[in-house]
Amino acid sequence: MVTLAEYKGQKPAWCPGCGDFGILTAFKRAMFELGLEPWQITMVSGIGQASKLPHYTMGNTFNGLHGRTLPVATGIRLANHGMPVWAFAGDGDCYGEGGNHWLHAMRRNINVKLVVHDNQVYGLTKGQASPTSMLGMKTPTQPFGVLSDELNPVSVAVGFGCSLVARGFAADTDQLVELFKAVYEHKGFTLLDILQPCVSFNHLNTYDWYRERCYKLEDDYDPENFDRAYERASEFGDRIPTGVLYRKARQVYEDRVPVLAGQLPLVKRPQEPQALEQTAKEFY
Amino acid sequence: MDYTIKIGGAAGQGLQTIGASLSKVFARHGYHLFSFQDYESRVRGGHNFYQVRFSEEKVFCPREPVDILVALDKESLPLHGDELSDIGFAIYDSADIKEKFEGERFIDIPFSQIAVDQGGNKVMANAAATGAVLGMLGMDVELLTRVLEDTLKRKDLLEPNVKVARAGHEFGSKNCPRCSFQPAAGASPRMTIEGNAAIAFAAIASGCKFYSGYPMTPSTGILTFMANHAERHGLVVEQAEDEISAINMVLGASFAGVRSMTATSGGGFALMVEGLSLAGMTETPVVVVLAQRPGPATGFPTRTEQSDLLFGLFAGHGEIPRIAFAPGTPEQAFALVNKAFDLTEKYQVPVIIFTDQHYADSEWSLDNIDLGQFEVRDYRVRGDAFKALSSYRRHAFTDDGVSPLAVPGDAPHLVVTDSDEHDEEGHIVEDAETRRRMVDKRYFKKMPNIRREMEPPLVYGSDKPDILLVGWGSNYGVLKESVDVLGADQQVAMMHFTELYPLPEEGRRGFMDTIRGAKKAICVENNASGRFAQLLRMETGYEFERSIRKYDGRPFTLEGLLEEIDGHLSGV
Repeated sequence: MVTLAEYKGQKPAWCPGCGDFGILTAFKRAMFELGLEPWQITMVSGIGQASKLPHYTMGNTFNGLHGRTLPVATGIRLANHGMPVWAFAGDGDCYGEGGNHWLHAMRRNINVKLVVHDNQVYGLTKGQASPTSMLGMKTPTQPFGVLSDELNPVSVAVGFGCSLVARGFAADTDQLVELFKAVYEHKGFTLLDILQPCVSFNHLNTYDWYRERCYKLEDDYDPENFDRAYERASEFGDRIPTGVLYRKARQVYEDRVPVLAGQLPLVKRPQEPQALEQTAKEFY
Repeated sequence: MDYTIKIGGAAGQGLQTIGASLSKVFARHGYHLFSFQDYESRVRGGHNFYQVRFSEEKVFCPREPVDILVALDKESLPLHGDELSDIGFAIYDSADIKEKFEGERFIDIPFSQIAVDQGGNKVMANAAATGAVLGMLGMDVELLTRVLEDTLKRKDLLEPNVKVARAGHEFGSKNCPRCSFQPAAGASPRMTIEGNAAIAFAAIASGCKFYSGYPMTPSTGILTFMANHAERHGLVVEQAEDEISAINMVLGASFAGVRSMTATSGGGFALMVEGLSLAGMTETPVVVVLAQRPGPATGFPTRTEQSDLLFGLFAGHGEIPRIAFAPGTPEQAFALVNKAFDLTEKYQVPVIIFTDQHYADSEWSLDNIDLGQFEVRDYRVRGDAFKALSSYRRHAFTDDGVSPLAVPGDAPHLVVTDSDEHDEEGHIVEDAETRRRMVDKRYFKKMPNIRREMEPPLVYGSDKPDILLVGWGSNYGVLKESVDVLGADQQVAMMHFTELYPLPEEGRRGFMDTIRGAKKAICVENNASGRFAQLLRMETGYEFERSIRKYDGRPFTLEGLLEEIDGHLSGV
């Protein structure tokens, strides 16, 4: 039996009070409650404060490049579709540098669990605007305030037909544990966008700012109703909904690849080539 | 005998079908052949050509004199008319191109009318043309009908095509006043293989299980071949959203435990550079094919150049070790791709295979493929072997710098790697001592052993050459044939590099004595600034005094290179 202590990793280098601590705590608890051993999961991350998370817990880890989390995660799933793959990224990491990969991962519907620590600012590089920074927010590199409208990742994801879209708040770890479990148990590509206060560089979207606005979706909310889901996902202002916003049963990519569907993962098969004679004959 | 057929026409007219059918017929008849393509970056129109050279002897490169020019468009005749050999002539359909050419070198054949008369449609004019060429060459039309049987995807079109081909053959054999071809007796059927297919086949034979790429000429043939053989060989082939994604997917799959490859051209490789550096840092095995085309930027998308050599060798931020190969023939590709997969797994450093459009799109005849040459040694720690370890550190310090590469999930040990500088376990560090030791491990400890794996260049021709032609990659054929021609009355040799980087260690650099000992060593390259000459100077201090560089986007022809060499011959 796995214990929670087995998920204890290195000492985090995050700032005291960082929202990332709540995400880490909830993730460890969810893995423990799901009964998964650290060696049974793989975590992929990019670069940013969020992407350090795998080092602060336990699991197989590929901590790659800024923005490139999802391609690596996709490659791992295609080589070993028996392996649960978590992708940890930040808002700049995933929605900025890796935006194209994000769109195509949703389209592909590969069974990767994407978790975005969304603090609406660049933390690692000290306070520049991210794609989710709010219009008008002043930063060291946006002296006139942010001039582009903020990206709403969850409405984009719903619009893209992402198989499951959820939003959490880093300070509500109990809800986060449930959301981690919900995305894990859902078959398909999932986005869990977690609003996460950056105590050092985002003085606009603070704990209090989020607390005043975040509310849980009602018990009778139907995440399978696209129109309602899009409406709720678009809500980001005075009120911000949290919970599973959207869910759509879609065939996963691994089941669409004939070489993989219903078969052993590539990595579990003989690594030697088969049937070469047949292909060689094609050259006559 | 040594004949060349050239098919000229617009994109979309079916030159490729005619060229490929003729190649197959010649190879099945037992001839050796070499074919290459010259095409524009467009799907319809323009002017393209497909050139097939065949002989009883092995042939390796394009020649300029054309014996039969099949002119499918109006431009072919003025463009290629002066390439006709002494016995050469052109065939064309005056009704199709709406122009009549006078003279015994122009033979008007109603390709379209033959097709329609035989109950076919105008598209089948290509079968009439192919049949006519074979009729003129005095070859059996049944070879063509069997090729059509094997290659036509739509079986309902087989019968009319065969009828049209037979009629074309009959017309060609009866209406050829200038025909003086001497067909050779048949030999055992040979294979035909394109450069890209040779690489893809060798990758599969080397145990590649995952391929991700983004279409880019001239590398796309590899993606196509892999995709179309995915099911039979159990490969996952993923067309990624961009090249950045492609190389990162490949690294993910390799990390997960399967042999992986990607291919692209210069522009796509530029996007992969970041990922190449990641492969170096995380010590994740990867084979990258860089099929060069003329740059900069979009350059000549469908033409050839060898200008990305130093770009590939220096690509990637930071200092990462790497291995570079460049095949010049399918046989060389088989060996090098197999070696590339072996070395990338053995040393956990990226291997780049340089080709170019001339290699990628050319086609050679082969006697057979020896499948026994492909070795797959699994260096990974899997299953029970991984479970049996008492502990595991992905980046453990070892004497040779190579840490055991384990498959995540096969045992309760964790496999952790990082693009940040990391400790033996794979976790982020900041300390100077670990940094220094990791750089030593990744770079200095591996490189001496890698050097010992590298083979010196191939030397062919005179032992004591006055003239030494030095080249690499796709120029193998034209260099070899130049030596064969000049060797009759000159002391001449070629030195051909396929294993470009790193060079063998100091004790195995006798080839430098050969270069220094030649009266005239000429470095022959398809680029403007002598990328290989620069590499050799960087590695050995030797500077070529003579060079032949072609950078018009076209490959060297035998006659073209001989003419260039002629300028260096005086005083030998």
